[in-house]
Amino acid sequence: MKKLRKPVYAAAGYNTVSFGSGRREFHPKKPRPGLEEYISEAGKGVIAQINDVNNIDEGVIGNFMAARFNRQGNLPGFIPFIDPALEYRPCTRVEGACGSGGLALYTAIKTICSDLADVVLTMGVEVQNTVKAIYGADILAGAGHYKSQRKNGHAYFFPGQFSDRAGTCYEKFGYDYMRKGMAHWYARAVTNARKNPKAQEYHNRIEDLVAAGMTPPNPKVFCDHLNVYDCSKVSDGCSALIFASEEGLQKIGIDKKDAVEVVGFGQSQADVTRLPEDRTRLTTTRKSVEKAYEMSGLGPKELGVLEVHDCFTIGGLLHVEATGVVGYGEAAGFVAEGKTAIDGEMPTNATGGLVGFGHYTGGTGVRQAVDLLHQLTGKAGDCQVEIKSDRPYGMLISMGGNDRTVTAMIFRQAA
Amino acid sequence: MTFDERLRNVSVIGAAGKMGSGISLLLAQEMAKQKLKPENKNVPYRLNLIDINEIALDGLMSYLRAQLTKAGEKTTVLLRDLYRDRENLVENYDIIAAFVDDAMSVLRLGTDLNMVKNSHMIFEAIVEDKNVKVDLLKKLDRLSDKDTVYFTNTSSIPIHVLNNEANLGGRIIGFHFYNPPAVQRLAELIAADRINPELKDMSLELAKRLRKTIVPANDIAGFIGNGHFLRDGLYAIREAKKLAPEYTLPGAIYIMNKVSQDLLIRPMGIFQLIDYVGVDVYQCISETVSGYIKGEDLKDDLLAKMVEKKVLGGQHADGSQKDGFLKYEKGRPAGVYGLDKGEYEMFDPEGWSGEIDKKLGAYPEGTIPWRKLLMDPKKNEKLSVYFKNLNASDSLGAKLAKAYLKNSKKIGEFLVETGVAKSADDVNSVLLNGFYHLYGPINDYI
Ligand SMILES: NC(=O)c1ccc[n+]([C@@H]2O[C@H](COP(=O)([O-])OP(=O)(O)OC[C@H]3O[C@@H](n4cnc5c(N)ncnc54)[C@H](O)[C@@H]3O)[C@@H](O)[C@H]2O)c1
Repeated sequence: MKKLRKPVYAAAGYNTVSFGSGRREFHPKKPRPGLEEYISEAGKGVIAQINDVNNIDEGVIGNFMAARFNRQGNLPGFIPFIDPALEYRPCTRVEGACGSGGLALYTAIKTICSDLADVVLTMGVEVQNTVKAIYGADILAGAGHYKSQRKNGHAYFFPGQFSDRAGTCYEKFGYDYMRKGMAHWYARAVTNARKNPKAQEYHNRIEDLVAAGMTPPNPKVFCDHLNVYDCSKVSDGCSALIFASEEGLQKIGIDKKDAVEVVGFGQSQADVTRLPEDRTRLTTTRKSVEKAYEMSGLGPKELGVLEVHDCFTIGGLLHVEATGVVGYGEAAGFVAEGKTAIDGEMPTNATGGLVGFGHYTGGTGVRQAVDLLHQLTGKAGDCQVEIKSDRPYGMLISMGGNDRTVTAMIFRQAA
Repeated sequence: MTFDERLRNVSVIGAAGKMGSGISLLLAQEMAKQKLKPENKNVPYRLNLIDINEIALDGLMSYLRAQLTKAGEKTTVLLRDLYRDRENLVENYDIIAAFVDDAMSVLRLGTDLNMVKNSHMIFEAIVEDKNVKVDLLKKLDRLSDKDTVYFTNTSSIPIHVLNNEANLGGRIIGFHFYNPPAVQRLAELIAADRINPELKDMSLELAKRLRKTIVPANDIAGFIGNGHFLRDGLYAIREAKKLAPEYTLPGAIYIMNKVSQDLLIRPMGIFQLIDYVGVDVYQCISETVSGYIKGEDLKDDLLAKMVEKKVLGGQHADGSQKDGFLKYEKGRPAGVYGLDKGEYEMFDPEGWSGEIDKKLGAYPEGTIPWRKLLMDPKKNEKLSVYFKNLNASDSLGAKLAKAYLKNSKKIGEFLVETGVAKSADDVNSVLLNGFYHLYGPINDYI
């Protein structure tokens, strides 16, 4: 495993609201912001935190399916749209389904390491409320293999895929045990989101969240093994931050204590034409985590905060297991005991995660990096986790498809 | 002939109307579902949608296409299974579009009654006029087979009258959908004395297929739903007239509407409900029922005056509420009609309506809007607490509400005593399921 040939930092993060059903101001029939507004808001949000926009050398943007959700291609063209000073900068769009954001982070780091740029504006965006959820499911199914999987797949293709995983876990570990863990995952996600004004579930008023999460699945209208609370919602939004070299950080006038350093990462790709062999494990995710541990020389015991890709509650549990924080089959119990709470043993998804904060698919990996940046630099507001000196690291996992395209990344405060 | 065989060729008369269009949608969905079954691959299905209003039939076509699309979007899990063997249909989008096409291909729209020739089930939802209905039924019976059965949607005409005058030999039943038929869960089933027994079973099967809850009602004009609604509304009108000297008639209508909504925790106030149904429709029910029920005054001149002034309520083509007793802004009552001036007096919280609100007094503790309570799992407990507080209050509003509730209960009990309904439960079920009340009129709250 190669080490980073020079330090890489991240700073100046910005998330828009995760917009969609659940937000009080959301109305399906009223006009909403589009790609332009979201990209512009997040980009300007970053620029406002640095000394001079001219110091940005390059841009990279992660996005999954704007071509179908918004009938828009050529997304790099929206980076100069943010600010005329960015005209003619090199810009790239990356795509790896819901892991596109993770790929944007990965690409930014490589660009810094190549010495071709010192400051990279790194973004991720998705605007999905343009179509009804039932047609959005068609679009998102593109994260699997259209030719071999779509026809026989579920109407709600991805919920169907993770429903299959949940079903196998029920068989293996027991329905009650798993369902309870999933219900607590949901309850935790919303509880955290209620502290985060930008979260989609910020306005959630359900009194008994665990009871809602315990709702038995109804295969007639939805999936065999998941209820709607198990799923992240349809979201619009954009996240952005800066990746920079040592010189880059100085150039944009950011103090090290306001930045995080990348200490390790791993990116792994599995064959999209194949389905997972073991539904109870995330093997590609595990591979990426191992790479990140290897590069950083760290292990789960040194982590103080996690950001995992809980597009479904069951996915959240399997991700926690893939980090090695708990053993195989143990996450449901760990979560039900409250150990992933903000003040728990391993604070996880402190701003709500995909279930609570929202999931603008192509932007989520970047959103996770922004939230870790805020956690590790003490700027997470009401969602702040106490970062202890013996466990000063935070890890994110960004996943595309059914454990196909996975980036894991570990950060710590730069100074 | 089995039910499923009958379901292969069905007609709806008055298909472009409010009720007819909803009934057409329900039938189109069920027939499309049958058509898609592998065993019915080569069976032709026909749903004839007949109306005298040609323009309205165009509207019906777009309405059905839009609604079938929505239905497809809601049942995609099932549809994917039905279309499993159609390899070229891959995405939800393809499958929903195929379903809409398949369902639409069952339909035949037209103005010609001859289209009913091969139908063995005919639904009638034309104007509420006995002579027109009898005339139509006679014609239909000449055009179709001798074993064809009729489902009439009449709101108030006794079924035996239609049966006898059109000489149908017991092949007609009252299958009284609620408005809008595609949404409302309830249907009242009205079997006349000399009905063909098979028809009752057929109706129960039909209700199952269309996912309706059936409440049987006796064949007495108005049946249960309108039996209650008609008397409930007349009570409000008469109370309003009593209050008018002090508050003016528009003020009194405002009071009764507000009390019946807010303090009875109903989905809408009584005058809003009359507007929703249509002042003219309500008056027509009142006239028809009066013709069959003796010894009870079920008419009021206020209704005739409103109709004369053409202040009718009902809905616009887009489903929004037309002005009637009340004027609506964004679907909410915003003014009340003044018969004298022939114009609306807008609510004025700083002025007249605010004054009235003050006189009505503070609402009892625990007053919750209907919408909030609807889905509340602790609904019944909260209602008990609320009604206890209402009982204890002697504000003007509470007094009016209590008297209103007592009268509503009396109507319910009257319907049971006179044999219109078999039981208090049936009356309550109609009000709960057909009118979306949170509690039945026959209760111990007051
Ligand atoms: N509106 C309600 O809330 C409601 C509820 C339950 C039952 N009903 C009953 O349903 C029936 C229809 O009511 P509606 O509200 O739908 O009325 P509507 O006026 O909306 O519809 C009646 C339709 O019948 C058509 N029509 C009239 N005479 C015809 C004829 N001779 N041949 C063919 N078509 C003819 C009209 O063009 C119109 O499209 C009535 O018997 C009514 O009492 C109404």
